[in-house]
Amino acid sequence: MSRRLGNYALLLVLLLAVIASFGYLGIDLGALLGGDSLSQMGRYASGFFRPDLSPPHLAAIGRGALETLAMSAVGTLLAALLGLLLALPAAGRFGWLALNGSRLLLNALRAVPELVWAALVVLAAGLGPNAGTLALALHTSGVLGRLFAETLENTPGEPAEAIRLGGGGHVIAFCYGTLPTVWPQLIAYSLYRWENNIRMASVLGFVGAGGLGQMLYVNLSLFQEAQAATLILAMLVLVLGVDALSGWARQRWVSA
Amino acid sequence: MSISLNGVGLIHANGQVALSAIDLRVRPGERVAIIGPSGAGKTSLLRLLATSLRPSAGQLDLLGQQPWQLGARQRQQLRARIGLIHQAPPLPPRQRVVTAVLAGKLGQWSLGKSLLNLLHPLDMHGAQATLSRLDLAEKLFERCDQLSGGQLQRVGIARVLYQAAELILADEPVSAMDPVLAGHTLSVLNQEAAARGITLLASLHAVELALAHFPRIIGLREGRIVFDLPPEAISTGALDALYANEQLQPLPASPAAAPVTIQIPRC
Amino acid sequence: MLNPALRDPAALPRLVLGLLALLLLWPGLNLSELNLAVLADDENAGNMGRFLADFWPLAHDDEFLPLLGRATLETLAIATAGMALALLIAVPGALLASRALSLSAAHRGGRPAWWAQALRWPVRGLLIVLRSVPEIVWALLFVRAVGLGPTAGVLAIAITYSGMLGKVYAEIFESVDPRPSRALLVAGSPRLAAFAYGVLPNAAAEMLSYTVYRWECAIRTSVVMGFVGAGGLGQQIDLSMRMFAGGEVASMLLTFLALVLLADQLSRLLRARLL
Repeated sequence: MSRRLGNYALLLVLLLAVIASFGYLGIDLGALLGGDSLSQMGRYASGFFRPDLSPPHLAAIGRGALETLAMSAVGTLLAALLGLLLALPAAGRFGWLALNGSRLLLNALRAVPELVWAALVVLAAGLGPNAGTLALALHTSGVLGRLFAETLENTPGEPAEAIRLGGGGHVIAFCYGTLPTVWPQLIAYSLYRWENNIRMASVLGFVGAGGLGQMLYVNLSLFQEAQAATLILAMLVLVLGVDALSGWARQRWVSA
Repeated sequence: MSISLNGVGLIHANGQVALSAIDLRVRPGERVAIIGPSGAGKTSLLRLLATSLRPSAGQLDLLGQQPWQLGARQRQQLRARIGLIHQAPPLPPRQRVVTAVLAGKLGQWSLGKSLLNLLHPLDMHGAQATLSRLDLAEKLFERCDQLSGGQLQRVGIARVLYQAAELILADEPVSAMDPVLAGHTLSVLNQEAAARGITLLASLHAVELALAHFPRIIGLREGRIVFDLPPEAISTGALDALYANEQLQPLPASPAAAPVTIQIPRC
Repeated sequence: MLNPALRDPAALPRLVLGLLALLLLWPGLNLSELNLAVLADDENAGNMGRFLADFWPLAHDDEFLPLLGRATLETLAIATAGMALALLIAVPGALLASRALSLSAAHRGGRPAWWAQALRWPVRGLLIVLRSVPEIVWALLFVRAVGLGPTAGVLAIAITYSGMLGKVYAEIFESVDPRPSRALLVAGSPRLAAFAYGVLPNAAAEMLSYTVYRWECAIRTSVVMGFVGAGGLGQQIDLSMRMFAGGEVASMLLTFLALVLLADQLSRLLRARLL
């Protein structure tokens, strides 16, 4: 009974939190949906319903999309390599000092969002897709490193130990004893992150890190709604396409 | 001496005494079977000889060297000359048989060759020849998780045959095979040992197989050597005493492929 | 028995796959203009080093701390208000998109009529579009439409998360035992009543759990959206970064980390409590 009362109290608190949030932000939903601003928004939105499909713009978008794809793919690849490198100590293979150090590093890499990394890297490496790629790689290596470390921890050690007993070195024992068991899972994790990174890569341009995002930012700043609409459509196609592709790849290679 | 143990004892990390005061000498080219009830210490003895476990007392000589006095690199070189056949071969489920067999030579190959071999098997004929001695040649390109327990055991044996070790240690190498196949496999191992003049040490649960295939039998019980005789000198009474009050234990199952589970926080 | 011309059946697929990977990697590296050397470049490294050196000491003067507090509260409020609005869109959307309340399915063993399915597709398509356009794009659009500030962030979260929540809610509705609601529908009760009495009791816990989890995500998102001017901590981080105020950036990043950790704990607590 008291638990039930507690739940009701909790729901009440949540409700109050919602009301307080609206109050704090001073959002007047009525004014937002009122006649004048709504018609203004309508005019703004109507600009998006006539996407610019002229060939030069489409060609530019195609290049931007390829750039976005390349950024996300290369960033994820770099992240997978760096993540694996950090996952080995984080799975406790080189003693507890390396374990705690690498875990701290992984958490720090993961905790800072991609966009913040991008803003930082743009400061260091200048504008352009290179900064976006590096930013994606930094954040993703934190995420993948942690997932990889968990995978490695849950992998039986006997096959690698058997190779060691046959006289093989540490690297060889890892490649022959551990990698065959874990690689499908590593690939699956990387594919999942790639899906995510495509979305991120298409918006990193907002802070100047290349790809479709940079074009969209420019278009919107110049009030070119028609061009922006085509860009958003392109992003949508890209995201849905990659979702389908990586879903297929996962089924083909991972669950088999 | 191929193997020489002087008063060797082994205490597991949990304090359980596995072996005590073992004295054993095996000359090069000898073929020895170790028999005894479950929990007698057969596996511990073999793992000790394979330098997988470190003795807590006594002196251990393998192929004329003391493995625990050596540096890490020299110990790895010594290990490359010793082949251990596991009861349930620890093979990665997704590895192909050809790679699993060729992995026997990893201790002798350079790093580059080993890594290249992972991408493309470098000695398919060698692997196939070894497998065909065990009637498994047609499984060359299958994946290990598609094999039965007995087939997996034979892949493990093929790996050690391919390794061309100077000392073969076999821990229940035929436990998952039917009697005919078990006999055949043991004679392959014995032929190999006799042909190349190498030492073979095998622990066996089936006493008849041990008596039929090996010229020297060691009885192990509660971590001590009870007898060390040629098969014709072993009486029924000695066997009964060796196996008195044995509790049957189920065989450990071969490692199954773990299902791939993916859980990702998506934000 | 022994085949003299032994061929590895995996060799060709591996070769093709390897070549394909190289073929894709080359233009990929070109297009992404990947150049790790810029990080080692003396001038760049110097700039970055100076900026990072500014991180310590953390900014904590009397002028900055209230600002930080206001920005943090704003971030929390954006996430909460955005989630509340998202729920307003997501629940009706999920009801329309889900097969669980289909009248035609009630007496057809769970398979709705084709026209009924066809009517659900536009709703599903709308939900897909809502969640597939990245939230930060919505945020940018709303910043242009309603001006800089938290309103844009709230609307962006509401739009994106309604798409995600709507899809997941619809799946939850379809995954619970359909017999109670079907029995009610066949007995002539209106759909909303069938939903409230047949589906909701079984689905509520899972829905709440997912909603709380999404709220946690919304907090992260609202920080990121600040970078395009949608208010909260992100906007302040962006401003401080433009002014090269390293100490302020560091303080706010730490606050953000603390906020995320706190939200994580709170969401775990709430889910354990509500389930």
